[in-house]
Amino acid sequence: MEQDIVSDPSGVIAIVQRHAHREGPLLPILHDVQTEFGCVDESAIRAIALALNLSRAEVHGVVSFYHDFRKQPEPRPVLKLCRAEACQARGSEPLAEWAEAKAGGRIAIEPVYCLGLCSVGPNALIGGEVHARLDQPALGALIEAL
Amino acid sequence: MRILISDDALALACGADRVATAFAQAAPDAEIVRVSSWGMHWLEPLVEIDGVGYGPVSERDVPAILAGEAGDLRIGRIEDHPFIARQTRLTFARAGKTRPLSLDDYEATGGWAGLRAARAMAPEQIVETVTASGLRGRGGAGFPAGIKWKTVLGAANPRKYIVCNADEGDSGTFADRMVMEGDPYCLIEGMAIAGLAVGAEKGFIYVRSEYPHAIAKLRAAIELSRAIVAPFDVEVREGAGAYVCGEETSLLNSLEGRRGEVRAKPPLPAIEGLFGRPTVVNNVLTLSAVPYVLAHGAQAYADYGMGRSRGTMPIQLAGNIRYGGLFETAFGITLGELIEDIGGGTASGRPVRAAQVGGPLGAYHPPAQFDLPFDYEAFAAADGLIGHGGLVVFDESVDMAVQARFAMEFCAVESCGKCTPCRIGSTRGKETLDLLIAGKQPADGLALVEELCETMKFGSLCALGGFTPYPVLSAIRHFPEDFR
Repeated sequence: MEQDIVSDPSGVIAIVQRHAHREGPLLPILHDVQTEFGCVDESAIRAIALALNLSRAEVHGVVSFYHDFRKQPEPRPVLKLCRAEACQARGSEPLAEWAEAKAGGRIAIEPVYCLGLCSVGPNALIGGEVHARLDQPALGALIEAL
Repeated sequence: MRILISDDALALACGADRVATAFAQAAPDAEIVRVSSWGMHWLEPLVEIDGVGYGPVSERDVPAILAGEAGDLRIGRIEDHPFIARQTRLTFARAGKTRPLSLDDYEATGGWAGLRAARAMAPEQIVETVTASGLRGRGGAGFPAGIKWKTVLGAANPRKYIVCNADEGDSGTFADRMVMEGDPYCLIEGMAIAGLAVGAEKGFIYVRSEYPHAIAKLRAAIELSRAIVAPFDVEVREGAGAYVCGEETSLLNSLEGRRGEVRAKPPLPAIEGLFGRPTVVNNVLTLSAVPYVLAHGAQAYADYGMGRSRGTMPIQLAGNIRYGGLFETAFGITLGELIEDIGGGTASGRPVRAAQVGGPLGAYHPPAQFDLPFDYEAFAAADGLIGHGGLVVFDESVDMAVQARFAMEFCAVESCGKCTPCRIGSTRGKETLDLLIAGKQPADGLALVEELCETMKFGSLCALGGFTPYPVLSAIRHFPEDFR
């Protein structure tokens, strides 16, 4: 368990207070916690549950349901490569295999199911930036720049 | 000189910002305007200079274009291009022409006319107009929008909601994204009209987190148009990477801050929806069609289409297709026209083997079915669905057993877990197809997969488990040679 949020939950509590006026505030809170702390870990769940008067089980249930929320921070750079049908039809599967080998564990290559750029795949998302028409040279350049 | 370049996410992904920077440096006196995308994706980044289009442009082409030497990139007047000229653009009337966040551009192109018309009408009249237009839910289910609105209007409750489903998770679809990024006021106007129609003052747009550009544009547009739509108030909520949240009851749970599990119906969301209140849940395209209906009248919209599918459908040409993009047209166009005539066949140049229509839960269609007209009922009769209007083309290199396995795996990963047929059926389906692909017990395995599909189709709570059999069974039926 991370000790920093437990001993000083003020950062998480500030986020909760920022959203407290909303109807159904939990998802916006979880997004902001993850943006600020890189993950939503046990100590964050404990602080959120306490602040919203929910059980830890309820908050844990929500956090674990959604693919976006991480239990631990990812220290490596993240490249999300689309693996859905439209990108499959344009060769994303062999490209993904090649990218894994190329990145060699230095970069986290994660699958994403559709970026809505389905006519110009294979596509990738790095941070908030989108990249299309990826082949080995183009994707290789992105991996090297990370 | 006036240079128009899109700032849509797809154009950006193809390098539109680099092209815009190159023009700004090479032609410092030119006015560079960032507009929405025309939806001719194979030509992105598409650049329009004093009415003439060039594409696809890279930053290296800029000097040649400015010197008038880029004849091979020149496509002439964009509106005369056959891909655009053949369309009927009602929802996408502004695509490529206006600055997405410019209130002046919106107003000058007929914006807010629908809302003004609605404000002069009684709620019942608005609902009647939408019902008479024949507009059906564009999210996939095709439920008549007017009937849904009527139920919410008739539900007695001091607080009601308009929820826009912008969780466009289907692979092969991007029309919602293009509306949100390219014409956000149109969606906001549609929601405000829905609010007047049913007596709701609060709207939520639930956008998937994979669409950061759409989220940013909507948030900016909501701030800029706040006074215009007041007292109606709109708020954007970001999803968190769960495909099943595109199902309306799961979406409502997610908005409430719960696990995105599907709710049993009844009660319908129209009676007991968000926070237990009467709620209209409509897709982006449904709500964005509403301003046209109110501004031009129900009949103007209903004049397009065939049978019980009225109006236009923004069809999305995707996957391995030569001329991919957004094609809005009246219902009734055939699959073959879309793929061969308009789409130009595959991008790889190899023969088309299959087209998946309607997203990950839609059927795979072989070329023998390409005479099917785009129509809710015709596709249902052919054991398929048009869903959200996405069309993904595959060439002859596709292995349909692998695609069937992927459909099961996707369902297993994305299942909310609430009902057994979906949660367990998809897991067993994937395992069985793995064995089958490995060459073990092919005959028994296939029978088991078909039986699992039967159980999922009739026993699942929502479309995720209920429709996953469409891609699986269509692959088995139309491409049996891949399962031997």
